[in-house]
Amino acid sequence: MTNTLPPWVNYVLLPAINLLVAFIVSGLVVVAVGENPFKAAWLMIDGAFGSGRGIGFTLFYATNFIFTGLSVAVAIHCGLFNIGSEGQALIGGLGVALACLWLGAYVPWWLVLPVAIVMGAGFGAAWGFLPGYLQAVRGSHVVITTIMFNFIAASLMNWLLVDWLRPAGQMGPETAVFADGGWLPKLTGLLNLFGADIRNTPLNLSFFVALICCLLVWVLIWRTRFGYSIRTMGLSPSAAKYAGIRPARTVIIAMMISGGLAGLMSLNPVMGDLHRLTLDIVQGAGFVGIAVALMGRNHPVGIVLAAILFGMLYQGGAELAFDMPTITRDMIVVIQGLVILFAGALEHMFRPQLTRFFLAMHRRGVSPEAEGAA
Amino acid sequence: MDFNSTLLILDSTLRLSTPLLLAALAGLYSERAGIFDIGLEGKMLAAAFAAGAGASVTGSAYAGLLLGVLVSIIFGLVHGFASITARGNQIVSGVALNFVAAGATVLLGQAWFGQGGRTPQLSTDQRFLGSEPGFAAELRDIPILGPIFSELVLGHSLLVYIAFIMVPLTWWILFRTRFGLRLRAVGENPAAVDTAGISVTALRYEAVIICGALCGVAGTYLAISQSGGFNNNMTAGKGYIALAALIFAKWKPVPVMFACLLFGFLDASAIRLQGAELPLIGRVPVQFIQALPYILTVVLLAGFIGRAEPPRAGGVPYTKER
Amino acid sequence: MADTAAKPSAPPAIRLSGISKSFGSVRANRDIDLTVRKASIHGIVGENGAGKSTLMSILYGFYQADSGTIEVGGDKVSIPHSQAAIDLGIGMVHQHFMLVHNFTVLENIMLGAEGAALLSGGIARARAELKQIEKDYQLEVDPDALIEDLPVGLQQRVEILKALYRGADILILDEPTGVLTPAEADHLFRILQRLREEGKTVILITHKLREIMAVTDMVSVMRQGQIVDTVPTAQTSVEAIAEKMVGRRVLLRVDKKPSKPGPVKLSVRDLTVVDSRNVPMVKNVGLDIRAGEIVGIAGVAGNGQSHLIETIAGIRQPTLGSVELNGEKLDYKTLDPASLRDEGLAHVPEDRHHMGLVLPFEENENAILGYHNNPAFGNGPFLSISAIRDHARERIEQYDIRPPDCRLKTANFSGGNQQKIVLAREMERDPDVLLIGQPTRGVDVGAIEFIHRRIVEMRDAGKAILLVSVELDEIRALSDRILVMFDGKIVGERGAEATEGELGLLMAGIAQSDSEVHAVPDPAMVDIAPGQAPAETQIPGERP
Repeated sequence: MTNTLPPWVNYVLLPAINLLVAFIVSGLVVVAVGENPFKAAWLMIDGAFGSGRGIGFTLFYATNFIFTGLSVAVAIHCGLFNIGSEGQALIGGLGVALACLWLGAYVPWWLVLPVAIVMGAGFGAAWGFLPGYLQAVRGSHVVITTIMFNFIAASLMNWLLVDWLRPAGQMGPETAVFADGGWLPKLTGLLNLFGADIRNTPLNLSFFVALICCLLVWVLIWRTRFGYSIRTMGLSPSAAKYAGIRPARTVIIAMMISGGLAGLMSLNPVMGDLHRLTLDIVQGAGFVGIAVALMGRNHPVGIVLAAILFGMLYQGGAELAFDMPTITRDMIVVIQGLVILFAGALEHMFRPQLTRFFLAMHRRGVSPEAEGAA
Repeated sequence: MDFNSTLLILDSTLRLSTPLLLAALAGLYSERAGIFDIGLEGKMLAAAFAAGAGASVTGSAYAGLLLGVLVSIIFGLVHGFASITARGNQIVSGVALNFVAAGATVLLGQAWFGQGGRTPQLSTDQRFLGSEPGFAAELRDIPILGPIFSELVLGHSLLVYIAFIMVPLTWWILFRTRFGLRLRAVGENPAAVDTAGISVTALRYEAVIICGALCGVAGTYLAISQSGGFNNNMTAGKGYIALAALIFAKWKPVPVMFACLLFGFLDASAIRLQGAELPLIGRVPVQFIQALPYILTVVLLAGFIGRAEPPRAGGVPYTKER
Repeated sequence: MADTAAKPSAPPAIRLSGISKSFGSVRANRDIDLTVRKASIHGIVGENGAGKSTLMSILYGFYQADSGTIEVGGDKVSIPHSQAAIDLGIGMVHQHFMLVHNFTVLENIMLGAEGAALLSGGIARARAELKQIEKDYQLEVDPDALIEDLPVGLQQRVEILKALYRGADILILDEPTGVLTPAEADHLFRILQRLREEGKTVILITHKLREIMAVTDMVSVMRQGQIVDTVPTAQTSVEAIAEKMVGRRVLLRVDKKPSKPGPVKLSVRDLTVVDSRNVPMVKNVGLDIRAGEIVGIAGVAGNGQSHLIETIAGIRQPTLGSVELNGEKLDYKTLDPASLRDEGLAHVPEDRHHMGLVLPFEENENAILGYHNNPAFGNGPFLSISAIRDHARERIEQYDIRPPDCRLKTANFSGGNQQKIVLAREMERDPDVLLIGQPTRGVDVGAIEFIHRRIVEMRDAGKAILLVSVELDEIRALSDRILVMFDGKIVGERGAEATEGELGLLMAGIAQSDSEVHAVPDPAMVDIAPGQAPAETQIPGERP
């Protein structure tokens, strides 16, 4: 019964229906606060795509979600549910910030960037290593340990920022602003060439780093021997054992890659936008990554599309909050939750009905002899 | 530390443990039945909002409690529908409901009350506050025992007593009633329950409803007992600490209480230990104490202090067709 | 056994008429009629997948029949759920025990029959009642022991007690001896006879003929979802039942020349393997396989064959003993299945869905499973998709895999073609030794012929082949020598000309000539060297 739906139904129609239901329920929430849901929807779409500035912000947010979506997806390919991208991204931010603080005053950004990438990914990978190791070797469930590691990361960063990295005389728990070398270039000029005016948006070079990561993840998963091991492990641990794939090693490395990708996310806010390390650089992007990976069916192309959708929700939601005073930015969080609920947890809700529908269609369209064979 | 400040710390330990205890016991019912719930946080938050809003609109603390419990049960039923009927991923469902609760509470709060997501400040008669009985003042004069009794035992809010009564009650339900026997069985081996002629679905729905109700009380406590109204994100991770406590206590009711008291104590003393020098250790960062519940739970999960074995069927939707 | 027959006037305990049940396109039960007399032990035999368990699950309300009627004690009933079956006095002991591992015996027995909302009253009553049942049927077990601490035989006893506690008059046992030692099985049979004396009706589902002969009054044979015969056990024989189980004798004739055995390629000595519960599954097994011969291991499923080949292949760790490949001793501490492949050991696993294939993968991806680190399939860490697909297309053509589409999901191939994917992969890498488990399980007739021909071709090319199959015909058609495994031991060796009856008796553990050997294990005996005269009666201590 599982494989009776054609691919376009599985990959396009079903997610679209789930998404539609999520938006309908979101509309009901809008009604509950006394606004017109259609007008709200239009404001969101217009806010996200109606101007160069909107597009810039949409892509800026999408950059975060591409990284975390890839992070979650790599783990899922290995059969692991990493919900620790949040913490891994935060710790990755520490690596990026340290690189920028140390080198930013001495060398230009294009020399700082490789170091920041290595340190951001390295710190994130280190934060993914332990849950991976505990899962592979001690059998501790990766979901629970990564939840715990998210909180431990938050406490650790709080301590580091308050007690160590905060410059003297500053109140908030954040580092000093980086010197010039710690600033990634904005994409303003580049997109202006295409006629889009994205002045005053934080969209920066890390968007391209994210796209490169998409390509690398695609190569890793579908074009390398290790990616083959990861997928075998994720789909059939017993077949992996038969094939001589070492389970513990595969799980640990997959978790480190997952953590590394999450760590890279911090490039975008830390080096690309704020130019300093603060406590709220991740802002739930790690959890949004779960939804992005689920909706993108764990494929980089799908992840980019889903990330842009969520980027649109973020940016459009911000505009919506601006234009409709009764609606706050928290509307975004609600919609996110509903999308994760309907496209994720309830993704099979309409499958039986659709299966029945397509079977009936099939029956009607096919000759009776063929039906007998089914 | 002198006697009086010790008493004060223990007193606030009790008060800080209460929401953890209620939420952890809530999780216990759900997870013992095989439904993992990382949505304790969201349920508490939604309940806190509903209770704050309900108490301020109706003017009655009890109406607030009722609404808090009701909203939390609805969240629980959605999680149940996703996990039991739709056979979806329980973790994803929990994450989703946490998001919905975090966003919806502030959104609706702002839309309805216009105070930046908060619900209006409640007056004392709209809250669950402790009141010391008349004889408490007389007891206070008895040396040592008197202050202990009046500080720690008397004068708490009704909900604190409910939380601590729930511990032996949960133990009794779990190990001394038919329902408890079946609940424990369905979390370990639902097929055994099914072949014994008991509905797995009904049992699990009952469990998520109880889980919702207790989370509802926990949230209500935060909003209209500990504080005078709902605040933006007022659970601040307590649902996850409760989850940690539940795992730390290996899904057993009495150890859950001790784990919650320990974590509550860490919370209470963190405020006091800030900047204080401890002998031998030196200055302990307050953040370390805040992270300690999570660190302890990871150490436990790693199998270094005993072994935390979750209910065997946890997180797996039950299917009997092959 | 005639004395146990119920009076003709009494209605049967159970009468099933026209029961059919399908799962998707699989027709598990087809138009089944079955009558079970009261106070009898009724055996239902059939091969794996014949539909026995499905039929009993319908009777126990676990599945709903698509059509047909059920009568219990002469009354037409419907059994929509297990509770209804329990209410009708039907109890079932499932193949996989339905017990809560961290509950006590008493708690498990009470589950679903607690008596009242509070346990306190029920516990005392249950304890007393249990004591009585234990006495009536001689089924002692400590009511306060935790299930996980009990050996399997006692766990099964708890399952029987559970059914009796619920007042079962009809007891269904699904493959009850699969997990038992022979001694435990004998004890179980005494219990079943005792139950019959007390007027209970027992339905025994099994694929082991010895049990049928030993304990039942009537026997029904199932094949491909249908009941093909029901006869009094006393009026039939193992041979007759076996023939009905297997059905139409597709005479497997494989044209092959006499083998020309070369040097020993694989040599196993004193191999002992325990399973996850520390129960020995392979006991002191020794064998040699030479280049250019096929050695078949016959045996009823679950007698250690799977553990034997999985251990040789490096998937399981041996507990004791040694394996030599091409004269080199294998160190399983450092070798894994991948490195063993490099050493020239290929393995076609028994269960292609579980191990041999990753079903969601494309065909070409499965064609390199286990060989994905081979330099032929890419450069350095990268895989070359074109090399992989070219390789897959080549194999598809060689093995006539259909549809000839290397991009198709493996799950969408038929069983026979899936098996060809595995065989092609393992055979064409030019191994020295080939381990093959159940080469034609779930494979259509056309593919069977092809697969058998390929196996013989491999032999003629000088490969050493170890073949494990529960299909006796297949073993006889392909093997140059046949070893029979029973209860983890090799209990005999025969030549290819051995008759089915002869092998069947060995497989059932009731062989005449080798039974003494089996009863008194002698390491020297199980270490059967090639060329040793088969089937000589050898009594330990009397060897020259």
